[in-house]
Amino acid sequence: MNDKPRSLWQRLFGDSVRAFGVVSLIFLGSLAIAPAKNFFSEWRHYQHNYLRMIRNRSEANTLQRHFQGGIQQIWLPELGVVDRCTSCHVGLKEASLADVSTQPYRPHPVIPHKGEQFGCTVCHRGQGAATTVEEAHNSTLAWEQPILPAKYIESSCGECHRGPLPGTPQLNQGRSTLSRYGCVHCHTVKLADGSTMKATDDPPSLSHVADKTTREWIYAWLKDPQAYAATSTMPNFKLSDDDARDMSAFLIANSTPIAGDSVSITAKGAADPAAGASLYGESFCASCHAVQNAAGNMVGGDVGPELTKVGSKVKAEWLLAWLKNPRVYDPGTGMPHYRFTDAQVTTLQGFLQAKADSDLLANVHLDVATPEQIAHGKRLVSDYGCASCHEIAGIKKPENFAPELSRIGSKPVTQLVFLPGMQHTLPDYIATKIKQPRSFGQGLKMPQYTFTPAQIDSLTTALLTLSERAATLPPSLTVPAAPESDYQPAGKAGKLMTDLACFSCHRINGHGGDMAPDLTWEGSSVQRDWLVQFFKNPGTLRPSLIRRMPRFNVTDAEANELSDYILTVYQNPAVDRDSMPVGGYSQGQVELGKQLFYGKYSCQGCHIVDTKTDKGYIGPTLTHVGSRLTAAWMYQWFKNPQSLRPGTIEPNRTMSDEDANALTAFLMSQKGGKSGAVAKAQRNGAPKEVAKR
Amino acid sequence: MNRHLIIGVVFAAAVLATSCSRKTESVALPKPTAFGAAIVESSGGKQIAQTGSLLPQPVVVQVNDEQGTAVAGALVQFAAAPGVSFDPTFGLTDSSGQVTTNVSLGGMAGRYQLTASTFDKSHKNVELKIEEIALGYQQALGRRVNDQYCDRCHNPESTVERVSNYDNLEVKPHPFTEGDTLNKMSDADLTAIISHGGPALNKSALMPAWGNTLSKSDIQALISYIRAVSDPPSRSAGPVYAKN
Repeated sequence: MNDKPRSLWQRLFGDSVRAFGVVSLIFLGSLAIAPAKNFFSEWRHYQHNYLRMIRNRSEANTLQRHFQGGIQQIWLPELGVVDRCTSCHVGLKEASLADVSTQPYRPHPVIPHKGEQFGCTVCHRGQGAATTVEEAHNSTLAWEQPILPAKYIESSCGECHRGPLPGTPQLNQGRSTLSRYGCVHCHTVKLADGSTMKATDDPPSLSHVADKTTREWIYAWLKDPQAYAATSTMPNFKLSDDDARDMSAFLIANSTPIAGDSVSITAKGAADPAAGASLYGESFCASCHAVQNAAGNMVGGDVGPELTKVGSKVKAEWLLAWLKNPRVYDPGTGMPHYRFTDAQVTTLQGFLQAKADSDLLANVHLDVATPEQIAHGKRLVSDYGCASCHEIAGIKKPENFAPELSRIGSKPVTQLVFLPGMQHTLPDYIATKIKQPRSFGQGLKMPQYTFTPAQIDSLTTALLTLSERAATLPPSLTVPAAPESDYQPAGKAGKLMTDLACFSCHRINGHGGDMAPDLTWEGSSVQRDWLVQFFKNPGTLRPSLIRRMPRFNVTDAEANELSDYILTVYQNPAVDRDSMPVGGYSQGQVELGKQLFYGKYSCQGCHIVDTKTDKGYIGPTLTHVGSRLTAAWMYQWFKNPQSLRPGTIEPNRTMSDEDANALTAFLMSQKGGKSGAVAKAQRNGAPKEVAKR
Repeated sequence: MNRHLIIGVVFAAAVLATSCSRKTESVALPKPTAFGAAIVESSGGKQIAQTGSLLPQPVVVQVNDEQGTAVAGALVQFAAAPGVSFDPTFGLTDSSGQVTTNVSLGGMAGRYQLTASTFDKSHKNVELKIEEIALGYQQALGRRVNDQYCDRCHNPESTVERVSNYDNLEVKPHPFTEGDTLNKMSDADLTAIISHGGPALNKSALMPAWGNTLSKSDIQALISYIRAVSDPPSRSAGPVYAKN
């Protein structure tokens, strides 16, 4: 073995001439490496094939003219972008290649941004500077950012756009799921604008839980929350029987009673379930609460908890007190304080209590808890971080209970632990972690959620947004989210609005829910008599809607108080009451308005004025609109509806003043409805009704 | 030295390439316990989703025998253009003869043809083609416009949450899937009728003018959506079957 290299050595470098020749050859050969590498490069191959492909197309000349050979590069120092993707993806800007489905020649779909402005890797990730397919798309030893799978692409929009966008439904859903399912109770998420993501669920306080429910129910709930309510957002902690036994023991032992949160009412409510069902319906409980029907479908909203098996959960005395006034037990609840009579409370309580599942607690038999069990339960409650979400007397809310996720979108793959069979990419890691958190090791605390595949995709999208780039972008390149307002109405009316939980459904000045109309300009919109009457007995304005304003059984004084406040405070400066004709409208204007209504503008397509002929089923019914809305509001609405309600689907017809006046005249002539018997005479200072006929 | 390295690298790459190309994920298929004669769609066809995302509903197919009764234990495999993923990609039919799979469409906008196949008794392949539509970014924006502004009148189907206004209109609007009519209208015509209302093309005034409510790009997006969902397919919506 030793002889051979020596003889080879001698053959090549035996004398100086030979050595010179060989060294020259090696030198020449090595000089050729760079040009050869260049010649055989992938991008050159793809450009050749592109040119061959476009040769046979009808628009070959245009494409040929647009084509630029050689390595292409988009360089954007501000974004740190050096993207050579366009060296192979040569047809990105050619809309006429829409039928081409082979990569790398597909045109880019139409998006609001230009490639030259943002490059490619800002959205798609990957290695922009690379000039080979493998290095650009996949993760390599030196570079960990593989191409982002298309299904998570919206995460990149969120790096700059901090608020919801119409074009990113998945990202919007993911962000709201992070809040809605309370992920951010345990995982801190600091956003790039310096704020911290807040949870929008409202986990109940457990400090007085023994008033509300039994230890058996808590045990069953802890074991499997979804067995009680399929829509519950409480995750499954996969507790052993003993652990659930001890935790329920602790929670009951730790609970202290609140004065007045359980009552016994002697008044006899109507015992028949039909009365309960109709009161449940009339009160529009289903606007917020869902109940699973016999067919297995959820009927109702998701603002409040599901009530399918509520009778197996709550104690009768607690439910009576809660229905009488929920604010005694939970001052911050989103549940309105319906002013039910005692008889109504008993009827409704009986109806709800009957919604029970006898199987739920059938196999739960718990012995009296020992002090050791209670102490063990307390330890478990601390260990599992229950107090991160729930208020529990005697246990402090843990700080940073779970890993912070503020930069999870750029977490290096080398720091991740993968399961066998998983793809080694960050999106796959995040998605699997959400799907089956406990499979990553023994003793992990993250509970099991019941997310749909679409929810997991959207959560992964939202988490990928939390990247290093998002955190370090210069403010000039970001589109901040509209700050959440914490508007609160003042005074007595303000207290009343909190008590009735108006903000659970309505939005005013940027604060509140989106189930019901925005009331920011309500005072300019409606007539006082109508509003008072509406509070007393809310009728339906839109026949096609299932969700309606419930009847809160307010007193005359309360209805007047609220109406006065709304008419004084929620005024839009653009709605000018004084510009309306004081003497009313002429018959000619009313006639013209009618013609415009049924002819030029064909409003009957969506609205009903004459119930005999009109069938429009989209906008509110206008049969008595002259007694409901103000003339000034109507006029401004005709001129520009979106200026009063951004996003309303009423088309802006850019009407002339004459048309707008005529239509206002016609609609103001549509009087009727219930008389405002309870409305007090006009108070001093309250806005005067204009354009009375 | 360099030459050796290059040769070595080339050799290693060749070996790697051949070994990789042979590794076409041959997952062990479950053994079917029964065979059917036909495969039919139960639900999940003709759905619309954004490119790269999950279809809102799973695709459910059923295997039947010659008499049309469901067969349990038959093997069903799903396939489609690369980029489309199935979860699971195969399965045995359950007691009601069905297999359910969640489908993610590929990254390219257009129509996707999914194939569900099973074997009959003589081990011949029996296939079912199912069509789904993937919307690109602009088309998805258009769908949002449609859902908010157009759908209540142009879609005759009512749901519990949204009652259709179609039947209440004296002049019936065209559903956007009505390709026979809409494919003949140019983009300019559609833009005119959306911006200026029905009378712009001598049609009913029940179609209002949206030109001051929707932006130009909204209207463009809406038209791209209309083209994407039309049936028969519109040629301007790109390839009829996306290959990805």
